[in-house]
Amino acid sequence: MNPLARLLEAALFASNRPVPVDELAALDPEASPATVVAALGEIRDTYQANGHGVELVELGDGWQVLTRPEYTDAIERAQLAARPHRLSGAALETLAIIAYRQPIGRAEIEEIRGVNCGAILKSLHERALIDVTGRGEGMGRPLLYGTTPLFLEQFALRHLEELPRADELAVTLRAEPRAI
Amino acid sequence: MTAPANLGDPFVVELQQFEGPLDLLLSLIRDEQVDIYDIPIARIAEQFLARIQTLAIDQAAEYLEMAARLLRIKAQLLLPRNQDDEAWEDPRAELVRRLLEYQQVREISDHLGRMAEDRRSRFARAWLPQQAVEPPPAPLALSLGELLSAVDRVLRMAREPHLHDVVPRPLDVDGFIGTIRAILALRAHARWYDVIRPSAESWEVLSALLALLELARRGELRLRQATPFGSMVITRESTGQAA
Repeated sequence: MNPLARLLEAALFASNRPVPVDELAALDPEASPATVVAALGEIRDTYQANGHGVELVELGDGWQVLTRPEYTDAIERAQLAARPHRLSGAALETLAIIAYRQPIGRAEIEEIRGVNCGAILKSLHERALIDVTGRGEGMGRPLLYGTTPLFLEQFALRHLEELPRADELAVTLRAEPRAI
Repeated sequence: MTAPANLGDPFVVELQQFEGPLDLLLSLIRDEQVDIYDIPIARIAEQFLARIQTLAIDQAAEYLEMAARLLRIKAQLLLPRNQDDEAWEDPRAELVRRLLEYQQVREISDHLGRMAEDRRSRFARAWLPQQAVEPPPAPLALSLGELLSAVDRVLRMAREPHLHDVVPRPLDVDGFIGTIRAILALRAHARWYDVIRPSAESWEVLSALLALLELARRGELRLRQATPFGSMVITRESTGQAA
């Protein structure tokens, strides 16, 4: 690997969060975002080609070294690290609505899901997957929620545009229901 | 319009597995294999009611609201209408819109669930930043004379502490007892402002009040106040005076 790639590898190893390209570029005064991206590609290919136990992944607005899925069970059995708790179906539904409609208030979320969402919003907020991003115009100026950078990180997304677009979904809204 | 209610043999379903009334409704529509754009409301409503009969009370409200909505749509569909009525709107339209919207949400949340599962199965570095450690202070390099003169400077600076002096201002209850007795010796009734001048200081007001209460306790006078915060009438008590 070239010297820049080795420097980036060291920096990614030292960091406990995904590191954005511009932060990586700041490591070396001669590096540009383009050379950093090229070097990141070199690291990723090296990990891939030489059969490493880790891989370089782009997610949550940055790059991060992650272990390969096939070693997760062994690592967890040895209690070296633990997987985060799985989100419930209700939490995933609520997150899906917020991700697509943000900023959105609680009343609208409940209207779409047809059930009360207070407790779920609270727990998603506690897990820092959503945050209050503003207040609505309506009565009582309701709190509006949006997703956080941690949401992108925990769903291995680079940005929100990586989510499937509404028109790519199997269900599309037909303009008019058929008359009977 | 709608097929006659044919419940068949409704299989038992754990309601807990549903995320809400829309989820249950979608599942019914799937099981019955009916067109979501042409829902046989009567049949689906009956199925829905049958399913929510074993409902736990804390979930009931949301499911019951949906049941009521279904029954209202069923009733609206039964109303006679003119075939050529252009303005007629299918009462099921809003429900269909919500069901489709919810189905989209389900699809997205399945997608998110798969992505989260994938990310969960990879570990990142579990490094936590240490608290910044202050470098230890350099050893002191000064003579005893320098240290003592520094102490002297500090002491001189601190010589005049700015302390607020609290002036003791004892109440003069006895003095006011004398004043009040003198007033009541001349007249049978008196008022508060006969005892104290309007611009009196607080210690005087307090002394006067305590003197009045003390004399009232001893039975030398009686205090009367017609209304709260009203004017106080001080009356000489003849028995007290005689004693």
